[in-house]
Amino acid sequence: MTFRIQPAMLKIAAAAWLLGATGAMADTTLEFTQWWEPELPAGSLRAIMNDFEAANPGIKVTLVSGPYATTRDQISVGAATGTLSDVVGLDGAWVNNLNAQNALADMNPMMDASGFDKTQVADIIKVDGKAVMFPVASFVYPVFVNMDLAAQAGVTKLPSTRAEFLEAAKKMTHADKNQYGWVLPLSLQTPSGVQNDLMSWVWASGQSMMADGKPALEGKPVVDMLTFVKSLNDAGVISPGIATKTEQEKVEEFVNDRVGMMIDSLAHVNLIRKRNPKLNFDLIPVPVVENYNGKRGLPYASWGIGISAGSKHQEEAWKLVQYLMSEKVNAKLVSLANAFPGNVNAKPDFVTSDKAFGKAFEIFKTGYLANEFTGLPVAEDLMTKFDVEAQKMLAGEQSPEQASANAQKGWMAKF
Amino acid sequence: MTRQKRSHHRLKRAVAPYLYLSPSLLIIGLLMLLPMVTVIAYSFQNSAVLRRDPSFAGLKHYQAIFADPVFWASLWHTLYFTCMSVVFHMTIGMVFALMLNSDRINPTLRNILRVLYILPWLFTAVIIAVIWRLLLEPNGVVNSVLMQMGIIGSKVEWFSSPETALHAVTFANIWAGYPLFMVSLLAGLQGIPKDFYEAADIDGAKAYQKLIFITIPQLMPIIISISLLDFIWTMQVFPLIWITTGGGPIYSTEVLSTYTYKLAFSSYNLSQASASAVVILLISLGLTLFYIRYQKAR
Repeated sequence: MTFRIQPAMLKIAAAAWLLGATGAMADTTLEFTQWWEPELPAGSLRAIMNDFEAANPGIKVTLVSGPYATTRDQISVGAATGTLSDVVGLDGAWVNNLNAQNALADMNPMMDASGFDKTQVADIIKVDGKAVMFPVASFVYPVFVNMDLAAQAGVTKLPSTRAEFLEAAKKMTHADKNQYGWVLPLSLQTPSGVQNDLMSWVWASGQSMMADGKPALEGKPVVDMLTFVKSLNDAGVISPGIATKTEQEKVEEFVNDRVGMMIDSLAHVNLIRKRNPKLNFDLIPVPVVENYNGKRGLPYASWGIGISAGSKHQEEAWKLVQYLMSEKVNAKLVSLANAFPGNVNAKPDFVTSDKAFGKAFEIFKTGYLANEFTGLPVAEDLMTKFDVEAQKMLAGEQSPEQASANAQKGWMAKF
Repeated sequence: MTRQKRSHHRLKRAVAPYLYLSPSLLIIGLLMLLPMVTVIAYSFQNSAVLRRDPSFAGLKHYQAIFADPVFWASLWHTLYFTCMSVVFHMTIGMVFALMLNSDRINPTLRNILRVLYILPWLFTAVIIAVIWRLLLEPNGVVNSVLMQMGIIGSKVEWFSSPETALHAVTFANIWAGYPLFMVSLLAGLQGIPKDFYEAADIDGAKAYQKLIFITIPQLMPIIISISLLDFIWTMQVFPLIWITTGGGPIYSTEVLSTYTYKLAFSSYNLSQASASAVVILLISLGLTLFYIRYQKAR
């Protein structure tokens, strides 16, 4: 049997190709690089993008997704080579470097031109006066308490101050049974423990590690925090292996009833329940210094969003940013991520359906988001430097004052 | 044949080998030389990669890393980690190879041991790191066994204590790397003619004399070749150290590879990271040249 191409078939194929080609040319394709897609339920971010495309005919979104570390490296290189995607997922720790490379667009003019209501966003991250990032979703870090261990230890009132925390941790510690009051991960592989597990004590009491935009590590707040952590270490209430412990191991120890309390991301609630469905835990804000009654700073990590300064489609990119920051879409996204919203009016559905999240949402609403590493130059390097000094202190090589002074010296070199 | 045709023919003959070589030369150039030259160029630039118009920095970045005490500590740790690893890889590899080559061991047991001894080679660096982290954690099996045997009185934080961390990662690397020596030496042992040992038996040589005067000299070419290769590879080990200790606690397990990584991806100082990478390249190059000369001499 022979197959002959009929002239009519050729005409139809040519017409179809032409239609497709012109259709493709009419569309603007936005590239959106982020690490969120692998962390969300399969297909959910794509579904949100499909909704955006349906609401904005002529704009298509290509998702470029990868793990966090890969995305970070990809964005650094993209910023350097001028190949940064139109829209980029950002961590607050990166924005200073990216801004120094002039890689991020200032979103102020876009907000003004579109009449965007700035009061609806929880925060706008600014560097040198430029609005470079919105936190789309925030993952706060409260204290998780193993209620069964607390009850066994006779801890009836959950700690609200540092002194109460030390007492509770002492009661929960039984080293002979490999059970400790607190867990502190200070691995140099991922020094985020400095931000989440150390500085969170400073921010919780409304204090700061900075003064006039410069590091103030020798100030009372940081020295007091280090002194407090040293007192916990000296009391033997911290699970051993601090210097190489990672965040993942911290969670594993908590899940396995080996530690009574940990500071951790709310994003891990479902993971903890999955790993140990019987674990009875509660959430409390990070304890504060004695007699502090002000608002509590809540340490957080966020999924930020920004626009590439080199994008040829900034107008369309801004439409996507606006879409993700809008009340309903933001609520949908953060519900999927178990995070708190970037839009202050958005209310994720899990806060009403889940007791633990509901309580965390109350903590979130009564406090304020605090992460002073956001926007700092080479934030991860600063954490590493502080980490090394904290490790030296915990190894008994130096006092809290010396650790603060040495960290201050190391940080100043970076400013 | 005219003169023109002859010269054309000569030219074709002269060019032909290069044409045959060109695909591999192109691949080597693109995949090896280009990245290497680029990194060398970065080490002489300010804000390499991060700026589109980097300025010339001269030797500034080399001066900076040579003035950094952490760099020298990393170099010392790298040398300790590498030398100890190579020596123990060789010793353990030799002992196991002799054991597997011995007729005194039951063949079935020998086959079982052969599989067991080669096991560490089958694991990736990440798996090895995770295994040893679990075994050596303060509440891990190793501490429990040592405490029951009365060897230690309290839990040792093998990876988290500055006193033990470097020894612990070196130990894990020794465990992971000896099978290369074992397999190579076993192949070498099986190639030694039996006549040598028979002649030694007739002369009344003892077992250790046969080892020193026959086995080791016969294996020497393999020992030197594999030791040099192992030295080069071990010097560049990264994942095992990164996953077990991250270069800590403090700087006690910082080696050149982790030092360079932190400069590049923690400090975003890609110029200094390139300078550090060039130092590693020069050390490796020196060893490689030594290896090539040794191979040529053979």
